[in-house]
Amino acid sequence: MIVLRLAWQSLANRWLTATLTIVAIAVSIMLLLGVEKVRTGARQSFADTISGTDLIVGARSGALNLLLYSVFRIGNATNNITWQTYQEIAKAPDIDWIVPISLGDSHHGFRVMGTTPEYFQRYHYRRTNALTFSEGKPFSDLFDAVLGADVAERLGYKLGDKIVVAHGLGSTGFLEHDDKPFQVSGILAKTGTPVDRTVHVSLEAIEAIHVDWQSGARIPGQSVSAEEVRHMNLQPKAITAALIGLKSKLAIFGLQRAINDYRAEPLSAILPGSTLQELWSLVGTAETALAAVSAMVVVTALLGMVTMILTTLNERRREMAILRSVGARPATILGLLVAEASLLIVLGVALGIVLLYAGLIGLQPYIDRAYGLYIGIEPLKTGEWIDLAGVIAAGVIAGLLPALRAYRLSLADGMTVRT
Amino acid sequence: MAVQPIKAVMPIEAPDIAVMSGVRFAWPSRDSFRLAIDDFSLREGERLLLIGPSGSGKSTFLGLLAGIVSPQEGSIKVLGTDIARLNGAARDRFRGEHFGIIFQMFNLLPYGSVLDNVLLPLSFSAERRRRASAERPAEEEAVRLLDKLGIEPSLRRASAASLSVGQQQRVAAARALIGSPQLIIADEPTSSLDRNRQMAFLDLLFSVVAEAGATLIMVSHDESLGPRFSRIAALESIARIERGEVQP
Repeated sequence: MIVLRLAWQSLANRWLTATLTIVAIAVSIMLLLGVEKVRTGARQSFADTISGTDLIVGARSGALNLLLYSVFRIGNATNNITWQTYQEIAKAPDIDWIVPISLGDSHHGFRVMGTTPEYFQRYHYRRTNALTFSEGKPFSDLFDAVLGADVAERLGYKLGDKIVVAHGLGSTGFLEHDDKPFQVSGILAKTGTPVDRTVHVSLEAIEAIHVDWQSGARIPGQSVSAEEVRHMNLQPKAITAALIGLKSKLAIFGLQRAINDYRAEPLSAILPGSTLQELWSLVGTAETALAAVSAMVVVTALLGMVTMILTTLNERRREMAILRSVGARPATILGLLVAEASLLIVLGVALGIVLLYAGLIGLQPYIDRAYGLYIGIEPLKTGEWIDLAGVIAAGVIAGLLPALRAYRLSLADGMTVRT
Repeated sequence: MAVQPIKAVMPIEAPDIAVMSGVRFAWPSRDSFRLAIDDFSLREGERLLLIGPSGSGKSTFLGLLAGIVSPQEGSIKVLGTDIARLNGAARDRFRGEHFGIIFQMFNLLPYGSVLDNVLLPLSFSAERRRRASAERPAEEEAVRLLDKLGIEPSLRRASAASLSVGQQQRVAAARALIGSPQLIIADEPTSSLDRNRQMAFLDLLFSVVAEAGATLIMVSHDESLGPRFSRIAALESIARIERGEVQP
């Protein structure tokens, strides 16, 4: 078909602007789909922050607050749980395992968490992934510490390094437990969860460094050396929270009610999964903003395409007058311009998909390592195909704009060939 | 200038190929310009030169004749069909089938090859396609016309933009004539050529028009071309331009 060939040659003659337009559309499509992939990946990674734990128990507070400090190391506990209460709960027959955690100190801005070695087996993320050690082993000595991957990387620690824990949560606290330094016994592999940003020590160590402290300050004139403290009774008096695994999922709600109704002390028990969902619904508004921004980028690319076609329109009035003179209907001219826009947009979308998957394949391992964000490489979902169809439809409609203008010009020009 | 048919040597028995009567036309967007054609006829086989300076309504007149624009009143009968009564699409089809048009300049789609430009009208009219390929394949017919108009074989596949203006006008003539349309309209086709080339171009044009048995209507502001035509007329004597406010 000569008309189509000539239309193609006309476009080919403008290959630079046409290519740039296609690339602009492709990049915007890559962004649109990429944001969608990151959204899905982020939501999944977030929901997978903690798994295998059926209940988290802490002092009475809102569910979100409890989740934030016990899992995300954000904010503070309103209160502690006494060791006695912890022991009582641990005796409940439905409980398979229970791991206590104790928070309150920090090291260069990273939280220090006291727990038991069992924590390293019980804490799971991404459904079934257990924590693994990239180096070393769990703490065995009183002053051993296990570092999360980010802590070790950011602060450049190796096995055997000495670290000093600061009292409280300031990053440059004056109050340091400098008389009782810790030795790095293990470094955990990257998980993409808050575990990476945590310094793990034993519960007894938390007790030990606070032995000569009271109300957040050293007791004057009373100093217990690191050697002396080893011979003292270091059973904790209180913990911050506890992670619980149950023998049967059926028991979750019964135990939760029992803990919430515990007489001796006001407690809260939460289901991590449903609380994570609740939390995501709060922080998830950011993802909507992200999606809106990427949609605007697509709109910008389409506007660029319309602009590109419109600017070529004047020099193409001659083309249109010639086509009209040999019998082309204005509708044919309209069709040619819409076809041109459609071709640009379809090529742009196709290239965008190619760029997206090339980017995913290339960057996925890096994103996983650097941000703990696992983005699955899957075929496009129906919803995404619908988005793309919408973009193409919008592009064709946008292409109608210059086409209609060309149509009007070709009617008004009549026999005149303008240049 | 008054009405002045300089000469009329056509045999009286030749039938009219185009007749305009009572035509009134105004551009929808420009209400100060109106064109009135009370009576105009063109006989088959005629070679008519219309003399008119720019602004005399030439383009509008040719647009009406070729059915690119349609009048508000009156009839334009071409080959017995009143194209003023046809809808836009039918007028376009009619033009594609029965008219060959040569513009003053910029006749060709610059990106296309010479051959594609010549063959272009055949995409819009099945009848012309049939006539063009009646004796030989359409592409050979295009080559034959190009040869006759003095376009070298090496230029057939060249891009139209690489041709000189004179060559472009000759390719445009080949395009106008392919598939033997009955009416050839030429809008100042020689104004961008120098004197020698003007004459050479007209010689070629006349010979291919005569061979095809087509009728030629050419517009120019150059009266000196007159002797080569069978009739010469001032556009003013045919089309009356009215400017200013629309009368009630």
